[in-house]
Amino acid sequence: MKDNTMNEPTDNVATNIEENAFSGQTVGTPLCDDAKMSMRNVNVFYDTKQAIHDVSLDIGKNEVVAMIGPSGCGKSTFLRCLNRMNDTIESCKVTGDIKLEELDIYHPKQDVVPLRARVGMVFQKPNPFPKSIYDNVAYGPRIHGLVNRKYDLDEIVESSLRRASLWDEVKDRLHSPGTGLSGGQQQRLCIARTIAVSPEVILMDEPCSALDPIATAKIEELIAELSQKFTIAIVTHSMQQAARVSHRTAYFHMGKLVEVNDTKRVFTNPEHELTEAYITGRFG
Amino acid sequence: MKESSENLNAIDLVNRSLKARYRAEKRFKAYGIAAILFGLACLVILFTDIISKGHSAFLQTEVYLEVTFDSDRLDIDDVSNSAQLMAADYQGIIKAALRERFPDVSGRRDKRTLYSLVSNGAGFSLREMLIDDPSLLGKTVGVWLVADDDIDTYVKSRGDNPEDAFTGRMSDKQIAWVESLMENDQLALNFNTTFFTSGDSREPEQAGILGAVMGSLFTLIVTIVLSFPIGVAAAVYLEEYAPRNRLTDFIEVNINNLAAVPSIIFGLLGLAIFIGFFEMHRSIPLVGGLVLSLMTLPTIIISSRAAIKAVPPSIRDAALGLGASKMQMVLHHVLPLAMPGMLTGAIIGFAQALGETAPLLMIGMVAFIVDIPGGVADPATALPVQIFLWSDSPERAFVERTSAAIMVLLAFLISMNTLAIWLRKRLERRW
Ligand SMILES: Nc1ncnc2c1ncn2[C@@H]1O[C@H](COP(=O)(O)OP(=O)(O)OP(=O)(O)O)[C@@H](O)[C@H]1O
Ligand SMILES: [Mg+2]
Repeated sequence: MKDNTMNEPTDNVATNIEENAFSGQTVGTPLCDDAKMSMRNVNVFYDTKQAIHDVSLDIGKNEVVAMIGPSGCGKSTFLRCLNRMNDTIESCKVTGDIKLEELDIYHPKQDVVPLRARVGMVFQKPNPFPKSIYDNVAYGPRIHGLVNRKYDLDEIVESSLRRASLWDEVKDRLHSPGTGLSGGQQQRLCIARTIAVSPEVILMDEPCSALDPIATAKIEELIAELSQKFTIAIVTHSMQQAARVSHRTAYFHMGKLVEVNDTKRVFTNPEHELTEAYITGRFG
Repeated sequence: MKESSENLNAIDLVNRSLKARYRAEKRFKAYGIAAILFGLACLVILFTDIISKGHSAFLQTEVYLEVTFDSDRLDIDDVSNSAQLMAADYQGIIKAALRERFPDVSGRRDKRTLYSLVSNGAGFSLREMLIDDPSLLGKTVGVWLVADDDIDTYVKSRGDNPEDAFTGRMSDKQIAWVESLMENDQLALNFNTTFFTSGDSREPEQAGILGAVMGSLFTLIVTIVLSFPIGVAAAVYLEEYAPRNRLTDFIEVNINNLAAVPSIIFGLLGLAIFIGFFEMHRSIPLVGGLVLSLMTLPTIIISSRAAIKAVPPSIRDAALGLGASKMQMVLHHVLPLAMPGMLTGAIIGFAQALGETAPLLMIGMVAFIVDIPGGVADPATALPVQIFLWSDSPERAFVERTSAAIMVLLAFLISMNTLAIWLRKRLERRW
């Protein structure tokens, strides 16, 4: 979903960029002081094909980091490293250090279950379970044994739905199927489901790509609110969205992290010419 | 201007080809309808044939006789003594009743022919009567007794016209007696309860399918209990846990192969392993169920894998992303969603197993067994084997019983398949 209008790419700019193919050094400020998650020299391979080249990046506490870049540049791949969802892809190999605070998440002894309880994920396509709205939200707390009284569970379900600003729309039909909601409501249900386990970090992979502008606006509002409590990494194809919701923006290009800067800076005065070419719509 | 005329040409071209396209479409539809009609016609022919041959087996000719429970002849002096009740000669009082009904019959041979009007198992029903009501001792009561199968065949084939009757082994005298009984309304076609409550017998009028039905039931229970969990577990492992490599490819090819192996080979395998090596008994539903499990497993594994594959990956991602373990993902999400598909496949496999004959022949479930099996370790036959056995019997009365047994088997199959459809409708969920 591209919001920027495409300018006709002039031939010489395009070739210029190809020739200038990125050298490897990320420009801007990829690191920060109070990092919630820190990635160092991350490489990801699908079999022999390398999808991520030597990426280092920090995500600060209560920060919203947007990841942008052309299709196929490895944003999803990188995001899925952060809660080890890539483990489900057999051919995928990850090297480098990824830390959640002091925890080395790729340590051989690290269990993915508690990790994913701390680092939640919202997917591109709304994927509620074919169960009731209530059960969707209650699923995480139930499997992790967060509560043992029905009353507490009700409490969590309500507060999660409220935080996802879905409560008013569904409070009268908590026990009807979650798949019966509209696309935007489903996505907010998925967000509620994710925050019900009180993760520390929420990863979002194009959470609005299937939604209309109104639902998108709601979710963006939600992200701003959630950032007070959670750390958020969001992949998006919409520059406006990145500009609206994020504090810092990371631009990926062909598996490499080209530039990380304050969002305002990236969209007004990008440091790297590849970034500039992308945000002005000269390729993508 | 030019553009619009070009458009016109294009739509003219479309219109010109339209007729041919619709014709082709109609032909295509007609082929499909023809195929379905052909299938339906075959089904109708099969059903009419079986029902027309088999419906008469649900009725049984019975003879009305005034039987005297003569304590001397029965040799019973104490009705509370069950040993005496069991050992008494009930056939004797039937013979006496027959002699009384036809007083002119004399001579040993004629008398023996006379006695053969009534089934030699008819005495059992008198014993039941006396056990139920001991006060009958010494009294004379009118009872309907099961006629011999020759009489049964004669009466059924006769209808209203004595010319049509199939006489078979019957002598002229017997025919005369039967006609006389019929004139006096002492011969009637009643519902054949024996057929549903007895085991096999050499005498068609005493033969029933309960033994075979119970045998099939026990065999099927063993098959279901073994093959469904094992098949589902194998499918879950192969789909969700196993790495993709040469070994799993090899396993997959072999499972697909096993699904196509002729069932008799599974019978031979069962004979060699379960009976030969493990020294289990022959002819028991346990071994039958084991063999049929082997046969059904590939079907269940293949259909279960397909059902598991059809569960959208996004559901798996959602569960794993929340921190569910793989087992929780499988148990809470994948299996419930795959269950309708797995059940449909499994029930089709079980229906196949229910109709399977060849492997059961190999493990001895073809023996002549009168007793009704009470468990998985009692010797038994199965419905299709019973059909096979009866279709091979020379007595004409077994022809209708064969067809009737086929009807019972078909009824089972239809109800199983209906159950499969119902379960699928019931469990199917949208996502
Ligand atoms: N499961 C996989 N197996 C092999 N290669 C993959 C797999 N998933 C992604 N890739 C490859 O890795 C590269 C990065 O893919 P990724 O999905 O991370 O891109 P993306 O930036 O998220 O693109 P989009 O914006 O279209 O979602 C692509 O070249 C893609 O072909
Ligand atoms: Mg992506």
